[in-house]
Amino acid sequence: MKRKFFAYPYIVWMILFIAVPMLFIFYYAFNVDGTWTTERFLSTISDKDTWSVLWRSIVMAFETTAICLLLGYPIAYILSNMKKSVAGFISILFFVPMWMNFVLRTYAWSAIIEYAIPDLFHVENTLTDLPGGKTIAVLLVMVYDFLPFMIMPLYNTLSKMDKSLIEASRDLGADGLTTFLRVVLPLSVPGIVSGITMVFVPSITAFTVPELIGNGDYSLYGNKIEQAFKSGNISGYSVGSTLSIVLLILVIISTVIMNRFDKDKEGGSIL
Amino acid sequence: MKKWLCLLLAAVMLLGLAACEKKGRDSDKENNAETVEPAPEPSGDDDGIFADGDQYSFIGGELNVLNWGEYIDPELIEIFEKETGVTVNYIEMTSNEEMLIKMRSSDSSYDLCFPSDYIIEQMIREDMLQPLDYSKIPNVKNIDPKMTEITNVFDPGNKYSVPYMWGTVGILYNTKKVDDPVTSWGILWNEKYAGKIWMYDSVRDTIGITLKYLGYDLNTRSEAEVAAARDKLIEQAPLRKGFGTDNMKTSMVNGKAAIAVIYSGDAFACIEENPDLAYVVPEEGSNVWFDNVIIPKSAQNIEAAHAFINFLNDGKIAARNTEYICYSTPNKAAMDRLDAYFTENETYNPPAEVLARCEVFHDLGDFVEVFNAAWSKIKSSN
Repeated sequence: MKRKFFAYPYIVWMILFIAVPMLFIFYYAFNVDGTWTTERFLSTISDKDTWSVLWRSIVMAFETTAICLLLGYPIAYILSNMKKSVAGFISILFFVPMWMNFVLRTYAWSAIIEYAIPDLFHVENTLTDLPGGKTIAVLLVMVYDFLPFMIMPLYNTLSKMDKSLIEASRDLGADGLTTFLRVVLPLSVPGIVSGITMVFVPSITAFTVPELIGNGDYSLYGNKIEQAFKSGNISGYSVGSTLSIVLLILVIISTVIMNRFDKDKEGGSIL
Repeated sequence: MKKWLCLLLAAVMLLGLAACEKKGRDSDKENNAETVEPAPEPSGDDDGIFADGDQYSFIGGELNVLNWGEYIDPELIEIFEKETGVTVNYIEMTSNEEMLIKMRSSDSSYDLCFPSDYIIEQMIREDMLQPLDYSKIPNVKNIDPKMTEITNVFDPGNKYSVPYMWGTVGILYNTKKVDDPVTSWGILWNEKYAGKIWMYDSVRDTIGITLKYLGYDLNTRSEAEVAAARDKLIEQAPLRKGFGTDNMKTSMVNGKAAIAVIYSGDAFACIEENPDLAYVVPEEGSNVWFDNVIIPKSAQNIEAAHAFINFLNDGKIAARNTEYICYSTPNKAAMDRLDAYFTENETYNPPAEVLARCEVFHDLGDFVEVFNAAWSKIKSSN
């Protein structure tokens, strides 16, 4: 009985910072200036623009996650096969940038793209000047920002893997590739799943990177929500809340899907 | 071994940080030196801080000021604090709409804000402002009557607001990069300058100038006209460098962009740093705007708020302020103190024929939602 006591702070925290804000979102979505109405909600979700920007965000999040996985897996694999002391040092190099403030790092990238690269290579146009270049620039910086979140769970899973299984596989006549595909890869699925979750969810809700890197002229779904709240009229709150509900549902769906893969709940929960 | 490496790494990082910080401070100093130096001392004047030898009695307490970024000479705040014993909390924002949101949230109480014309009109309509007590603002006599004539349009009789700064919206362009004559907003749709065009990150300004370009009214209430402006701006998407605010100034000064839609005060400051730049108010007409100082209903330190308004309208103080931030002052006593560098500059002091083709923004009431919906589509067109 006594143990319950320790859960109270957690319950209070959950109510204050998870339940109450949720209620506010639902309140503002269906309540405009004190009257209950679904009109604003319906007009927002029937707007073609809402869905096209949401689709763009989903595509962007998929691309970010895929590139992070393709880059992060080999790095994590190489690290996990190194001597512990060396691997520890190199992984610190990967995570040191994360000590810097996220917005500051994004600003730095903006300066690199807008000033450093054109000055260094004496080119007239920056990446963001070119048609479609803003998409590439945003993708690049998102990958940079979220890559450590992919490497960490992968490294954790791979380094905990029993190396005798790999030796056994080789003993039984499997070559390197077969060993990787049939032993290492299946065993690292929990790491892959939590890596994907940790990159996909923040990248689908991202708004700082597209705002700063896209020079205020590139919107992902997060920017749409921000614009609604910052529009200055009260109805903006209901538009923004409606957009948030759509995003919330999307994040819940993707988390449920990912949880089906990650039955043992390994890998994650390091950060 | 690992521990040692970690420690070493941490030490290197700390050193790096320390170096950065030092450099930052040094450059701050340089900046200050730069900005202080060109400010010419008003000629033939006494040594006092104030033009009329004003005396302020001790007020004390705190004064929460909500203003635009880089929009006051920070030294003036120190002087005011010294004169009145008031602690000024200076908070910055980047758009009128943001200011409206901040003022609406009930838990925040600001004592002074500097919104623009159409927002003041809306604030008056929504009963958010305190009528000013002019017996506490004697320096208001310094305001140019020609200016109050224009501000009467949105605040009749200046019951709630005193003009702080004013200016126009126009095109800043780099004469080395643009060889076409810049006389029309149409240059913003010229494919020759693709990727080199900055637009202003503000719904009313950007849609407003597009409406002007299309020959419509700046304050239109026609959905079809707003839709036409929206489509024009969506068409412009691949040519834009972005929607900027203060960041476009650096970009223009460094020659990274060719054309920018900008406020006259910012244009003046940019030209000061890069003489290749020039400013034009296109012939289709544009917006003339006023940022006025107001006291919200929820203000706590009303005494200090009035004192601060009076302080800002002192001829000498207003002259120092306008020299620092480069925006045009509506204060006649300050104008008389400025030298020809400011008063004869057409960006700073636009001639009558330029002003004749400029209009003030008006509060659009609920129709602003049509603008916002269009804006949201424009912002996701790239």
